[in-house]
Amino acid sequence: MLAMQSLTQRLANPSNFMALSARLLPWCSVVAAALIAIGLYLAFFGSPPDYQQGQTVKIMYIHVPAAWLSMLVYALIALSSFGLLVFRHPLADVCAKAAAPLGATFTFLALATGSFWGKPMWGTFWVWDPRLTSVLILFFLYLGLIALRSSIEDETLASKLTAVLSLVGIAILPVIKFSVEWNSLHQPASVMRLGAPTIHASLLWPLLVMALGMTVLFVALQLKAMRNEILRRRVKALRRIAATSAADLSQQPAE
Amino acid sequence: MELGPHAVYIWLAYGVVAVTLAALIGWLVADGRRQRRLIEDIEARGSGGPRGRR
Repeated sequence: MLAMQSLTQRLANPSNFMALSARLLPWCSVVAAALIAIGLYLAFFGSPPDYQQGQTVKIMYIHVPAAWLSMLVYALIALSSFGLLVFRHPLADVCAKAAAPLGATFTFLALATGSFWGKPMWGTFWVWDPRLTSVLILFFLYLGLIALRSSIEDETLASKLTAVLSLVGIAILPVIKFSVEWNSLHQPASVMRLGAPTIHASLLWPLLVMALGMTVLFVALQLKAMRNEILRRRVKALRRIAATSAADLSQQPAE
Repeated sequence: MELGPHAVYIWLAYGVVAVTLAALIGWLVADGRRQRRLIEDIEARGSGGPRGRR
């Protein structure tokens, strides 16, 4: 706990974060690329077709990781928002702001790939099912967070309001998780459930490798997005200093 | 590799993931380069204060 606190305190300095992330980013990128390459190989050449769904089960290897990440990223945003509102950690808002477009992207991918999986299996691209609808609401929530932040000019106010909205919106996560039990077309959880996974090992391993690869990819993308946001804030600070210097110079009496 | 009668949906799913992730990575890389260029421009004009560690 103390070690964790010490790490978060050290990372409160953006320069420390920039130095650490510069070292981590190439490693995360390489590990993500390698894991996804192995996962894709296992998915296409090392796993059998499903006895019911046939080869369309291949869509699972990208759909499930995207769906997991859509929820994981929202949990990260909510945690960062808590860190901003309660502890005023300087990087918490950077983390939340950087994660929102990434979360929206993974949610879009979960919806799109689910749609392409639904057509051959259910006979339709979309149905107003509790799981699909709650994930669509999550997607709109991400868009709402991005829109709210960009619509308020005062950055401090924008970050606080966005943090409050993200904490309120966390109620969607248990709804998504348990929605498959509410008269849903969507299949129930087969990996993350109480008891052993119900999915066969030959399908489970490629899925776990792909999920790990996509998660490491998200870490790499998040580090890059946070670095960009810190640079963006530095640009704003430098512009403010430049504007103040110019105003001071113009107020000096001519000799 | 035989993907059966629904191959088009499998390729569409993988295609949308590949294109979207490529676009996201491209956007992040371009945004990072743009911010660095802006900082260099401001500092080159000599009014940016002390150069921070990046």
